[in-house]
Amino acid sequence: MIVAKQKPLSELTAMLDGYRNVLAVGCGTCVTVCFAGGVKEVGILASALRMARRLDGQPMSVAETTVQRQCEAEYIAPLAEGLDEFDAILSLGCGVGVQTLAERFPDKRVLPALDTTFMGLPTEQGVWEERCQGCGHCVLDITGGICPVSRCAKQLMNGPCGGSQGGMCEVDSDTPCAWQLIWERLDRQGLADRLLEIQPPRDWSTSRDGGPRRIVRDDLRLPPPEDV
Amino acid sequence: MMDQLLAPAPAAQAPAPARRFKSGSNLERMLAAGHFAVTGEIGPPKNHDADVIRRKAALLQGCVDAANITDNQTAVVRLSSIASGAILVGQGLEPVVQMTCRDRNRLAMQSDLLGAAALGIRNVLCLTGDHQSHGNHPGAKNVHDIDSIQMVRMVKEMRDEGLFQCGEEISGGGPPLLIGAAANPFADPFELRVHRLAKKVAAGANFIQTQLVFDMSRFREYMKRVVDLGLHEKVAILAGVGPLKSAGMARHMRDKVPGMVVPDGYVARMEAAVEGVAAEDKTARREAWRAEGIRICIEQIQELREIEGLRGVHIMAIEWEEAIRPIVEGAGLFPRPAPEA
Repeated sequence: MIVAKQKPLSELTAMLDGYRNVLAVGCGTCVTVCFAGGVKEVGILASALRMARRLDGQPMSVAETTVQRQCEAEYIAPLAEGLDEFDAILSLGCGVGVQTLAERFPDKRVLPALDTTFMGLPTEQGVWEERCQGCGHCVLDITGGICPVSRCAKQLMNGPCGGSQGGMCEVDSDTPCAWQLIWERLDRQGLADRLLEIQPPRDWSTSRDGGPRRIVRDDLRLPPPEDV
Repeated sequence: MMDQLLAPAPAAQAPAPARRFKSGSNLERMLAAGHFAVTGEIGPPKNHDADVIRRKAALLQGCVDAANITDNQTAVVRLSSIASGAILVGQGLEPVVQMTCRDRNRLAMQSDLLGAAALGIRNVLCLTGDHQSHGNHPGAKNVHDIDSIQMVRMVKEMRDEGLFQCGEEISGGGPPLLIGAAANPFADPFELRVHRLAKKVAAGANFIQTQLVFDMSRFREYMKRVVDLGLHEKVAILAGVGPLKSAGMARHMRDKVPGMVVPDGYVARMEAAVEGVAAEDKTARREAWRAEGIRICIEQIQELREIEGLRGVHIMAIEWEEAIRPIVEGAGLFPRPAPEA
């Protein structure tokens, strides 16, 4: 899932300075599951913002709604009705949700309430960890199902570096060394010898280095109108 | 499988006329002559004062076969390693320019390697680099376009095949650089450390400088595995040593530095060195600590010389370059012998 966390209230009140009537829009997908932007979080944040503004002597009206999926135009289309009465949309979606709203409603100010952080999973109640950076060329087949691009601070392909000690990363002693994990996993599977192969330099053009990415599936595209 | 990996890669084209030396560097010729090599290390200043480099170089001159120049060590911005290396070349002390994967992508690396060679630099040490979170710009982006093993191979292909990493030919041939890499026998997992060395050798490393050796028994075990695999015949391994400056430094290195193992015995020796010295007498304590640090370092070199497969030592005395000469002399490695012609 996409994991996000709410921005600090002080940052949000500064961002919303001058707005009087705001629509807070949650998302029912990833950010609901990670307790950052679902129905409940929209309600709590809206109340907190109303209270903060009242205390500042600058009352602000905050309406609440949550769509099932903020990252697809058809799910947010119904918001168009009644949007005129709001002077800004505060999105509790991920960065994709914010931008989908902004693209669909280009005349409206759309502001982010969350910091979208990573693609990951919950490892225990209240803890989420990164697992994927969407680099566009998956190497999990050679690294025992553990991603060195997202989990090694240096994105090494022939790791571990010299800072791995006691199974932990040199950057943070609470973070496991990805290459220690990779080695343990492959060793357990009787495949540790594979780590002797030198992995060549990667082609990062599939990652963000190649510019904004796009997938086109001709088999799924609709024919142009004149061919219909 | 290991043998296959360690076999030299087949040349992509007709081999270039055989050169006697890969780089002709002093370090390469010392190793070729079979001498026990001694390298040192210079940390450039955090400003543009070339005299700092010259002063440190003068302290190492005649004591070492080549001097490493660190590349923004511990992720702190310093005078460039290549610029420092060029200053050393001018002074007649051979540099080993360190280059990390943290700050440069493959374009910048290759460009700088060509520049280094043009300035008369003949040795490069290929490093991953400490993470920037340890340095003075923790909010910086890191690069890690390629890793240190890929870098070793890239430099080898530039030098031996005259090819850029993209496969394009380098007109006029590749830069004559002796390729070094680092090894940390004290990082984990231990079982993987010798394999990682084997990969660096397979990638084309000519020499290896290790992390500071304090845990002699672990290092002996490491070298035994190295010798069992025959890696010592394919690469010249120089063991890293460095004098402790104080008991506090010994404790810090034992407790705080990632990838470093300092046995308690050395900490105890450093603590004992100032027994009976008044706590207020800072100068006397400093001198007592430093004398003991140098003594320990000399003993370590003597122990290391007995280990099969070792070809030299790399003495790291950053911000204490004055210690190099007494260490080299005390270890019976001074004066330095003549390199192979």
